[in-house]
Amino acid sequence: MLKTQELTLNLGPHHPSTHGVFRCVLNLEGEYITKAVNHLGYLHRGIEKLAESRTYTQFIPYNGRLDYVAGMLNEWAYVMAVEKLMGITEEIPERAEYIRVIVGELQRIASHGIYFASMALDVAGASAWFYGFRDRDEVLDLLEMVSGQRLMHNYMRFGGVAADLPDGFMNKLDKLLNKLPAAIEEYEGILLGNEIFRARTVGVAPVSREMALDYGFTGPNLRASGVDTDLRRDEPYSVYDRFKFNVPVRQNGDTFDRVIVRIEEMKESIKIIRQAMEGIPEGPVMAKVPKVIKPPVGEVYSRLENAKGHLGFHIVSDGSTKPYRLRIYSPCFVNIGIFPEMAKGLHLMDAVVALASLDIVLGEIDR
Amino acid sequence: MDKIVDREALVGELNQKFGNCAEVFEDNTNQSIKVKPEKLVEVMQELRDNPKYDFKVLMNLNSVDYPENFTVVYHLNSLTHLHKLTVKVELDKVNPQVPSITSVWNAANVQEREAYDLMGILFTGHPNLKRILLVDDFVGHPLRKDWKMQA
Repeated sequence: MLKTQELTLNLGPHHPSTHGVFRCVLNLEGEYITKAVNHLGYLHRGIEKLAESRTYTQFIPYNGRLDYVAGMLNEWAYVMAVEKLMGITEEIPERAEYIRVIVGELQRIASHGIYFASMALDVAGASAWFYGFRDRDEVLDLLEMVSGQRLMHNYMRFGGVAADLPDGFMNKLDKLLNKLPAAIEEYEGILLGNEIFRARTVGVAPVSREMALDYGFTGPNLRASGVDTDLRRDEPYSVYDRFKFNVPVRQNGDTFDRVIVRIEEMKESIKIIRQAMEGIPEGPVMAKVPKVIKPPVGEVYSRLENAKGHLGFHIVSDGSTKPYRLRIYSPCFVNIGIFPEMAKGLHLMDAVVALASLDIVLGEIDR
Repeated sequence: MDKIVDREALVGELNQKFGNCAEVFEDNTNQSIKVKPEKLVEVMQELRDNPKYDFKVLMNLNSVDYPENFTVVYHLNSLTHLHKLTVKVELDKVNPQVPSITSVWNAANVQEREAYDLMGILFTGHPNLKRILLVDDFVGHPLRKDWKMQA
């Protein structure tokens, strides 16, 4: 006898479309999702607890292990928080700030490149995948030049950066920036203009402005839902107040808009790097900071516009060389909280695309 | 520097509206207030909906294990006024309980579960207060100071 039965399906933890070790238990009626439950923690390493037994300096390399496709921005967010706590924000040499902006924006391009590539793969656009990775690789070459590492850079220091830009860096950067606009045009041609891609993304899993704020969206996801906000422009840190750039905002909040916002952001990042290249002064790259980092008793909450949203550090200091409590506000962790709500009623194949469009990185979710 | 609200006026207004529930909390950030746990949900609702404050965004939810108490720290942000406020709730060391603010911000849902999981703080009224990062049968709450690392 034929009968209809609700099916429970485990999506992940080892499934390419979950972008890491994320597991979601889906209840399916036919191919439509009636209920989704997130299961996180497969990559939990207890980084917040580890921080309490490391000195402030020893903790810098751990940040690259959070969001491992945007390590530079993570390190920057952490050192910025500690600098605020120590009250040495004003003393950082200008050249160091400009270098931070250059490597930070390069890292943003690399991160969005991965986003574009994996997004393409999730809608079965395997050739677009290679375009995204081709350009990301060249960006990583540059980051390798400055830090010696492709992913886990350990380049930021309290009061500046570890080393000055190497010889030939500016030339190589210039060449890359000349190539990138054409590359981004290729992205648009191969994916955004594609009829199938549009059918799979336009109007899929829309998140309204109210819902986005309620669920604590930050960064590109929030801007895709029509909220015009960007920390770099609204509360400029470092030297961002000296650069002119647009903040791309879209209104529909659907999967397509979340992709567009990021592609547009890559163009803006190129603009910022160009201006930083012109404005970068000569000089030292490190401020005079004590050898032993001992911030005064107190606390700080500092945020940075990461590639995925606002990465926040809440550090409580008891005056010793180790943080008393270090909390990492992870944008991905909070963004993924909307997924059960978002997936309800979606077709299974659309849920995979919607998940990809949120741009999650499990290293940061599980910490 | 962060733009901050006039805390004295804010606390006065809250106390008038909800009975003696809030006070200015002195710390190095100069943007904290302390709220009694039993009035937390009403206060948060007011902070979010009153256009004068307009704290539409819950920036962060953290819990700290101090020697004398557990403190839950809420960082709020307003997109229109661009000002910040830190709301602190001090909880009992033996039985830390605080009302859940999931009804005010859904963003608190996962963060409260995390604070429960790692710090052992009970959020009463939370729709699904289960461990989120650690396995379900894990014993203890690792971010507490009395939990020692075993490696």
